[in-house]
Amino acid sequence: MSLFGLYNDWIVIVLMMTGFYMVIAHGNLVKKVVGLNVFQVSVFVFYISMGKVRGGTAPILEEGIELYSNPLPHVLILTAIVVGVATTALALALVVRIRDAFGTIEDDEIHALEDEA
Amino acid sequence: MIESQLPALQVVVPLISAPICMLLRRVPMATWMLAVAVSWLCLGIALALLTQVLATGPISYPLGDWAAPWGIEYRVDRISAFVLVIVSAIGAVVAPFSRASVLREISLRRVYLFFAMYHLCLAGLLGIAITGDAFNLFVFLEISSLSSYALISLGRDRRALTAAYRYLIMGTIGATFYVIGVGFMYMMTGTLNIADLANRIPQVADTRTVQAALAFLTVGIGLKLALFPLHTWLPNAYTYAPSVVSAFLAATATKVAIYALIRIYFTVFGAAEISEVFLIRQALMVLAVAAMFAASLVAIYQNDVKRLLAYSSVAQIGYIVLGISFATSTGLTAGIIHLFNHALMKCALFLALGCVFLRLRSVNIGSLAGLGKTMPWTTAAFVAAGLSLIGIPPTVGFVSKWYLIQAALEKDSYLIAALVLLSSMLALIYIWRVVEAAYLRPVPKGQETVREAPLSMVVPTWIMSAACIYFGIDATRTLEVARSAASFLLSGAQP
Repeated sequence: MSLFGLYNDWIVIVLMMTGFYMVIAHGNLVKKVVGLNVFQVSVFVFYISMGKVRGGTAPILEEGIELYSNPLPHVLILTAIVVGVATTALALALVVRIRDAFGTIEDDEIHALEDEA
Repeated sequence: MIESQLPALQVVVPLISAPICMLLRRVPMATWMLAVAVSWLCLGIALALLTQVLATGPISYPLGDWAAPWGIEYRVDRISAFVLVIVSAIGAVVAPFSRASVLREISLRRVYLFFAMYHLCLAGLLGIAITGDAFNLFVFLEISSLSSYALISLGRDRRALTAAYRYLIMGTIGATFYVIGVGFMYMMTGTLNIADLANRIPQVADTRTVQAALAFLTVGIGLKLALFPLHTWLPNAYTYAPSVVSAFLAATATKVAIYALIRIYFTVFGAAEISEVFLIRQALMVLAVAAMFAASLVAIYQNDVKRLLAYSSVAQIGYIVLGISFATSTGLTAGIIHLFNHALMKCALFLALGCVFLRLRSVNIGSLAGLGKTMPWTTAAFVAAGLSLIGIPPTVGFVSKWYLIQAALEKDSYLIAALVLLSSMLALIYIWRVVEAAYLRPVPKGQETVREAPLSMVVPTWIMSAACIYFGIDATRTLEVARSAASFLLSGAQP
């Protein structure tokens, strides 16, 4: 029960490790960015599921609503999503510039070109 | 009236100036003037805050008048006021310097972008130091990091782009680790306010969740502060960034990350004494010593002087972390004072290299031959700061090493004291290589005549170098602040 009861944590861990592995193992700069995104999303899921209260609804001030989820982690993640979008945009912009400068976005080829210079 | 708003203004002024720079795109020099004005204003605010804190104790500022712990609180105590002064002082010296250097190294149509990013970076760094909220700290960390990735990528060399990209990947992983750590702490305590966390962590300190949080926070901030062996992004980033950016970031970005580490260890986890859990203190000590030796040894073999200094930064961060890892009053004082001192000397050294690059278009050791004759002032400034890096009296470096060794002897760890001395010898070797090239080798024949750098660059460089010597001779003021900040942190007092 407890093993399955924490299924959201399992999803977080699997997503996190998948993303982390992609960042480390992939040589393609765009794929690294995708990995980074998966990694970040896992943390978003972690926060959002943390704020969930079983049976709770949205935190709206209205009659008849007694039990509601904790809105704070959700708001934090809105901020974190914005940061994540900015990071992704900057990373992709850098990849475009790297392709202009090196003619490739494969890590090992860039390393070879860098060593030449 | 306005005094009570100073904590907010400290961050808001540079934050608002960034979009103003974007509006001034047609007059690039106006953005530079704005940068100088804003940097000096920030220094003024920081000094005012420091005086206020030393006189009356910590200042708490509820942002938007939402009371802590629900709202975001800005909290200025001795250590954060000290870091605010360091960051804004470096900004105030680097900003006037940047005009000539930026015009040479960045194309004119991108200058306004450079200054917009500079303002954002300054706002982020100051924000980290002033905020009293763990999640707000993450946001500022990312503001400063994202703008520094962009600043680094403005370098002329195409390798600046890959350096910025790799820094971005590593930095984002670090920041995400930090967020995971904060999430774990929030799960257990239900609060994000640092002072509130400090109260509540001790009750749950024995849980696996909080211990995992500490581990995530250590690794996450370790990536940002370039703790060996998480430093791999740093050498390339500092080498290929524009000279001004190297000087600014080397003196501030890693220092502010160290401040964040001190905050987490001694304020949030201070009362819980969790630094004893899974030997985290010993682990930090080993990594710090490894950094001192490994990075110094690599620095000796570098031919690009900027890269040499970048590796030396990793080694110097080792000294600071070593001081922190003692977790004693003297050790922490040594760490905090070296945080200040290293900011001074690295800024001076990188500024001197900026002058050299302006004239020579290169900072290779080979091309520095005879520089002592052609650019005497710049070279002398480099030597003064270099001596400080080694730790020769009467420079600031000596003061830090003195306290570091004292802290080691207090703990009866003669080995550590010996290692500190030994690694200083390595610094002697790499600084000597530069000195030898500049003074003892003749000017290469057929080289075009090299003039001294313009005054607008030499003066800021010398201000920093002179500060290295001044605060070495008269260290009472800085030591007093560092010592009281250290005892303040160790007393488990509220931030």
